[in-house]
Amino acid sequence: MMYYIVQGLLGFIAATAFGILFNAPKKALIPSGLVGMTGWLIYVFIDQSSGNPILSSFSGAFTIAFIAHLFSKSYKMPMIIFSVAGIIPLVPGGIAYNSMRNMVQSNYGVAMENVVLALMISGSIAMGLVFAEIITQLSLKVIGRLKTKP
Amino acid sequence: METPDYELAVECCLLAGRLMMESGAETYRAEDTMDRMAYSQQLTESQSFVTPTGIIFSGTKKKPTRLVRINNRSTDLERIAAVNAVSRKLANAEINLEEAYIELVKIETEHKVFPFWIQIIAAAFASGAFLLMFGGGVMDVPTAMIAGGIGYAVASMVEVKTRVKFFAEFLAALFIALIATGSVFLGLGIETDKIIIGSVMPLVPGLLITNAVRDLMAGHFVSGLSKGAEAALTSFAIGVGVAIVLSF
Repeated sequence: MMYYIVQGLLGFIAATAFGILFNAPKKALIPSGLVGMTGWLIYVFIDQSSGNPILSSFSGAFTIAFIAHLFSKSYKMPMIIFSVAGIIPLVPGGIAYNSMRNMVQSNYGVAMENVVLALMISGSIAMGLVFAEIITQLSLKVIGRLKTKP
Repeated sequence: METPDYELAVECCLLAGRLMMESGAETYRAEDTMDRMAYSQQLTESQSFVTPTGIIFSGTKKKPTRLVRINNRSTDLERIAAVNAVSRKLANAEINLEEAYIELVKIETEHKVFPFWIQIIAAAFASGAFLLMFGGGVMDVPTAMIAGGIGYAVASMVEVKTRVKFFAEFLAALFIALIATGSVFLGLGIETDKIIIGSVMPLVPGLLITNAVRDLMAGHFVSGLSKGAEAALTSFAIGVGVAIVLSF
C-alpha cells in the first residue's frame, strides 16, 4: 500500500514537472498531474500483476486518454494538454536506452530485442490513446441520441 | 449576412494552423481547427493539407490556394489552448474575423512561457521522480536531479544558439552521461544506468513517438512518417551522446 502511495506521488510530480516543461496553461497543471498519477498507478499495478509491459502500457495510456477527455470537456481545452504530460512516464525511454547501450557494446542481438520491445510499447500506447478516444466519442453520440429521443 | 473578407479569412486559418503545428498539436486537430474556422466564414468547400513542415490550404475552388511553411517545432501547450479558444469563439460567432486575427497575432507575438529557471527546476524534479519510478535508489536522487537540470539547460541554450536541435540534444546527453559516470566514479552515485535513464527523460521525444504512431493510425501518413523520422533522429542523438561516454 505504501508503495502505491509513493508511486502515485512520484507520478504526480513527474507529470506536473513535464507540464511546466511543455508550458501547459497554469490552471491545467494540477489536472494534468492527476492524469499522470492515475495513469502511472494503473501502469504499475498491471505491470506487477501481469508482468507484461505491453499490456500495462496499453492500460495506462487508455486510462490517461479517458481521464484527459473528461478534463478536456470540463475545462474546454484540447485533450492533448492533459494527456501529454501523463504519457511521458509510460514511454519506453529506459528500453530505448538499453538498446542503444547494447548496440555500442556490440551486443546486437540484445539491442534488436530491445528495439522491437520499444516499438511494440509505443504502438500499444498509441492504441490505448486511440481506443479511449473512439470509445468516448461513441458514448457521447449515444448519450446525445438518448437526450434528443426520449 | 455580409460576405466575409476572403483574404483575411484564409490568412486567419493559416495563422491558426501554423501556430498549432509549431506548438506540437496533433495533425488532425490543426486540420479540424482550420476547417471549422473556414466553415464559420462561409468557406464551406475548404480543404486543408497539414504536414509537420508546411500547410496547404484552399478556401474555395475559384480562389488561389495558399501555402505556408513551418520552420521550428516545439511543445507549447498553452499556445494550443489559446488558439483553440480563439477558433471556438470564432465558430460560435462570439467574435468577428478581424478580432480573431488580432488575437491570433497577439498569441504569436506576446506569448508568455515559464521563466527559464523554473523550467530547469522542473526538469530536475522530473529526473529525480523518474529515477525512483524506474526503480533507482534514493541515494542517486541528488545526482539525477543535478544531471537532469544541467542536461535540460544545456539542451535549451545550445538549441537557441545553434538552431540545430539534434546537436543540442547530443551535447546534453553527453553532459548527463559525464555527470553520471563521474559521480559513480567518485562514489557519490551507485547505478550509472538508472541515473542516466532518469536524467535523459526530459529530452526523450516521447510526445513525438506517440504522435507519430497516432498520425499513422489516423491515416496521416506524411506527418506520421516525418514525425517518426524526427523522433528517431532525436533518440539517435541522445543515444550517441550517452554511448560516447560509456564506451570509454
